[in-house]
Amino acid sequence: MAEIIVVTSGKGGVGKTTTSASIACGLAKAGKKTAVIDFDVGLRNLDLIMGCERRVVYDFVNVVNDEANLKQALIKDKRFENLFVLAASQTRDKDALTMEGVEKVLKALADDGFDFIVCDSPAGIEKGAFLAMYFADRAVVVVNPEVSSVRDSDRILGLLASKTRKAEKGERVQEHLLLTRYSPKRVEAGDMLSIGDVQEILGLDVVGVIPESPEVLQSSNAGVPVILDETSPAGQAYTDAVARILGENRPMRFTTVEKKGFFSKMFGG
Amino acid sequence: MGILDFLTQRNKNTANVAKNRLQILIAQERSMRGAPDYLPLLQRELLEVIRKYINVDSDAVKVGLHKDGDNELLDISVALPDKAAPAANG
Repeated sequence: MAEIIVVTSGKGGVGKTTTSASIACGLAKAGKKTAVIDFDVGLRNLDLIMGCERRVVYDFVNVVNDEANLKQALIKDKRFENLFVLAASQTRDKDALTMEGVEKVLKALADDGFDFIVCDSPAGIEKGAFLAMYFADRAVVVVNPEVSSVRDSDRILGLLASKTRKAEKGERVQEHLLLTRYSPKRVEAGDMLSIGDVQEILGLDVVGVIPESPEVLQSSNAGVPVILDETSPAGQAYTDAVARILGENRPMRFTTVEKKGFFSKMFGG
Repeated sequence: MGILDFLTQRNKNTANVAKNRLQILIAQERSMRGAPDYLPLLQRELLEVIRKYINVDSDAVKVGLHKDGDNELLDISVALPDKAAPAANG
């Protein structure tokens, strides 16, 4: 049984695509056969973050419209042989994706033996975002510790509880909160909502906390998902988050201000 | 950092302000969730009609949809001012 995970947020620019790419890589690294699909029709970007932008021949909409089969459109990752990317179409036709079309592709992937299908949702609450979440078994709601992002996340949590196939069947989409761009230093200074604040406001525990770190931008520059940068705090935090999604119990890291030692205080470090 | 900076900074916990604002807003938005889209418009028009006759506050009209067993119940409440003054143009 393929498990469908939607990565969503409502607000744009909070790190959905970065998260989708890293979660997909993390699942593949854990030995799961994984597909990651870009639902942002017209604004394809997952291919860039995954580093396969020059190998896109056919896309999601081509498969929906039977202009290509799934095998032709799935881009095999160069790092993991069990990881595949399905790029979004660059068409400006907003109705290019249909409920039936999306269901057909997801079913084909499940029949093909995929363990996980990660759906990278577009921002907003329009059709693309709705289709990305509709078939989900689980949702990773990406949230920044910032007022507009938290408010939009609550809106998305409401939609997950009402506008999904699971909800229509009287079941629940399993929700995970992922806090990104977190700065323990600013939290300590009283400038930023804390993990506890966000959990209390949204009534949901976090599955991971990704610290604000320069490696996130460096990784997207290079087309290598940040989870593969094993020395970076952000990469390690994503690795922990994927382990928790897979049911492991891991303590949070990088969530408190690192106290500088005597030497680094004296000599900078 | 001077002592003055230190003292003023303690009062400037904007994260707490954010938290309080979000808690109020989200509680309100959740209470409206799942309600039909026409409710806010209905509420506004009712307010306009009532204001033709009585001077009520802008938040005097509350409209909600509730489930009572199998029935849906449209719940409209209008809070009248202590001394209901007729509207000027009434």
